[in-house]
Amino acid sequence: MKHCGKKIVAASLAALMVTGTFAGCHKTTNTSSTANGGVSSSGTGTKGQVYYLNFKPEQADQFTSIAKAYTQKTGVKVKVQTAAAGTYEKSLRSEMAKSDAPTIFICNGPVGYKTWGSYCADLSDMKMAKQLTNQSLALKDGSKIVGLPLAVEGYGLIYNQAIMDKYFKLDGAKAKSMDEINNFAKFKDVVEDMTAKKGKLGIKGVFASTSLKSGEDWRWQTHLANIPITYELQDNNTDLTKGVNEIQFKYGNEFKNIFDLYLNNSVTNKKLLGSKSVGDSTSEFALGQAAMVQNGNWVWSDISKTDGNVVKKEDIKFMPIYTGHSGEETQGICMGTENFACINSKASADDQKASIDFLNWLYTGEGTDYVTKSPSDGGLGFIAPYEAFKGKSPDDPLAQEVEKWENKSGIKTVPWDFTCFPSQNFKDYFGSRLLAYAQGQCSWDDVKNGVVSKWKSEAAASATSSKS
Amino acid sequence: MQKVLRKYWAIFTLPTVICFAIAFLIPFITGLGLSFSNFTTVTDAKFVGFVNYKKAFSGDSDFLPSLGRTVLFTIICMVLINLFGFILALLLTRKMRGTSFFRTIFFMPNLIGGIVLGYVWQLILNGILMKYNQTLTTKGSYGIIGLIILMCWQMTGYMMVIYIAALQNINPDMIEAAEIDGASSWQTLIHIKIPTIMPAITICTFLTLTNSFRLFDQNLALTNGAPGNDSALVALDIYKTFYGTTGYAGVGQAEAVIFTIILAVIAVIQLHATRRKEVES
Repeated sequence: MKHCGKKIVAASLAALMVTGTFAGCHKTTNTSSTANGGVSSSGTGTKGQVYYLNFKPEQADQFTSIAKAYTQKTGVKVKVQTAAAGTYEKSLRSEMAKSDAPTIFICNGPVGYKTWGSYCADLSDMKMAKQLTNQSLALKDGSKIVGLPLAVEGYGLIYNQAIMDKYFKLDGAKAKSMDEINNFAKFKDVVEDMTAKKGKLGIKGVFASTSLKSGEDWRWQTHLANIPITYELQDNNTDLTKGVNEIQFKYGNEFKNIFDLYLNNSVTNKKLLGSKSVGDSTSEFALGQAAMVQNGNWVWSDISKTDGNVVKKEDIKFMPIYTGHSGEETQGICMGTENFACINSKASADDQKASIDFLNWLYTGEGTDYVTKSPSDGGLGFIAPYEAFKGKSPDDPLAQEVEKWENKSGIKTVPWDFTCFPSQNFKDYFGSRLLAYAQGQCSWDDVKNGVVSKWKSEAAASATSSKS
Repeated sequence: MQKVLRKYWAIFTLPTVICFAIAFLIPFITGLGLSFSNFTTVTDAKFVGFVNYKKAFSGDSDFLPSLGRTVLFTIICMVLINLFGFILALLLTRKMRGTSFFRTIFFMPNLIGGIVLGYVWQLILNGILMKYNQTLTTKGSYGIIGLIILMCWQMTGYMMVIYIAALQNINPDMIEAAEIDGASSWQTLIHIKIPTIMPAITICTFLTLTNSFRLFDQNLALTNGAPGNDSALVALDIYKTFYGTTGYAGVGQAEAVIFTIILAVIAVIQLHATRRKEVES
């Protein structure tokens, strides 16, 4: 009897361990959804399938419903999987290693292309590529188009018109309307005067917190840095498609101009900025504690959703980020994209064809409504740079502002050249130097020299590894 | 029973072998191969020899500095956690009211996940430092000190439980005999309690050593290495190398292999060294 009991215990323990082993294998980390429309069940074996690895978690539901609609119409299976925020590169690496790898994936520009180049199919002959309104927006390898933008986004200084109007009405205001502010000198006068009168304006500071927490510093090390570096690259006529090996950071002092202005006229003491996140700055702006925040059109949904938001839809506007560059009176806001859709060249020919058809349908065919409809109506709310979207604009106030600035006569928009910044490590390093500078632990020259040498070493690191 | 074991040992070990192969052996061998390759996805690698290892040890790599930080961090954590855990265990094995209540309380932090703890402590520490116009990212050392405080808070309770179990297992006759012989409580502690609970000390130092050495989530959540990479421990640094620099996945992999080897060597030496001191009670 005793033996028998032991046997049972041993057997059940063994069984338990085996179940444990296989239960472990079953775990899935990403939210996945396969759209299975009614038609697809009737034998689609030879038709090819689409697997889109989505970059934007905020649009996961919309893409899933678009996939469903497409499957119902055509019978082609479309699988949409979304990577959690900030983990796209990781998800892509592991998904690509599987046998049913994504057929459409997102590449973030020339630097991402260095990693994923061998997976990108030539899209030059695609209908969608031909309908691109501005060919320079595509991701190119030489003259070959390898990635197509899904949306154009814009960023600049977002201001609250209500607070600005309050200031313009004060005695001795340095300007009477936003139109008068078209260069850094004027802007600085206005901002410093506003800080002096912040009690009267009912704000805590002109600018929302310059968030310098690790991982929350992209508005400075990427977006703000884009402006002086774009000017430098334009001076040198650099060809971005090959990657940029070295910079002088020639207009670094212009970066310092605006960055100092942000730090000294902020809601938060500059020594404490290492604890502030982008979300903090968004809520400061939404609550009316700050008159301005540097960010892009995507931030409107966060502002409008903030509890106690005082910013009205008609009061939220964009202005260009002036840095003191000569001739900046004609500078517009920064527009571009860092999300290029690429087709996996290692997928089967049928799957590639199905993926191309799907994108064509969405951006040039019947699916275009899904792109511009606002997210609450099941659309993507994108500003899409294709022929089919001319005259259609999304109803988000900041997206409309982006279009307004794009079409202003005599204004040149600044491209998103930060897609050629050598690596994430470079950006993180830049951000940490800016934090040290804000905390008074290093001089501006240290920042500048560090940026130049880190750029060089990171660019060299990726160059040698792609050759070997 | 012996007979059965001899006959069916293969079947009995199978579940463990499968687990070990899936969770350790196969990934480790793949990883070893990848550390000598240049790759984008793990199924698409090109052999490059020792290039990755050379890069890992080159001057601008953060691998060695972060390894140094990790060693220092591990030593401090190991000493402090075991000291606090042991002292708490001694206090809570006395015959006092409410000991089991406090045992539960001290064990609780261990049940909270690392990421959550990291964020909670970030708020607490930043809240305190803010009074002095500083934050956790003001200096790299702040991040490391914060991490030590966090680890002590989290791990002490767990070690305490192991020490309590060991202390309760000491044969009371031995203590009684020592008391009759006139040993002071200090002498009882040094000559009877500590030698008898040596197996517990082995396991506790081993646990704290490996846990501190390969600490990742708390580090990620507390500072994410800020400022710069100054508060990044080696696991976080490997992760950042792997994903942060274009084309450096292989280098990150090489660092991970070195890291695993170091960890294995330390564990073997440490187990060997403490085991010799163990006394059969």
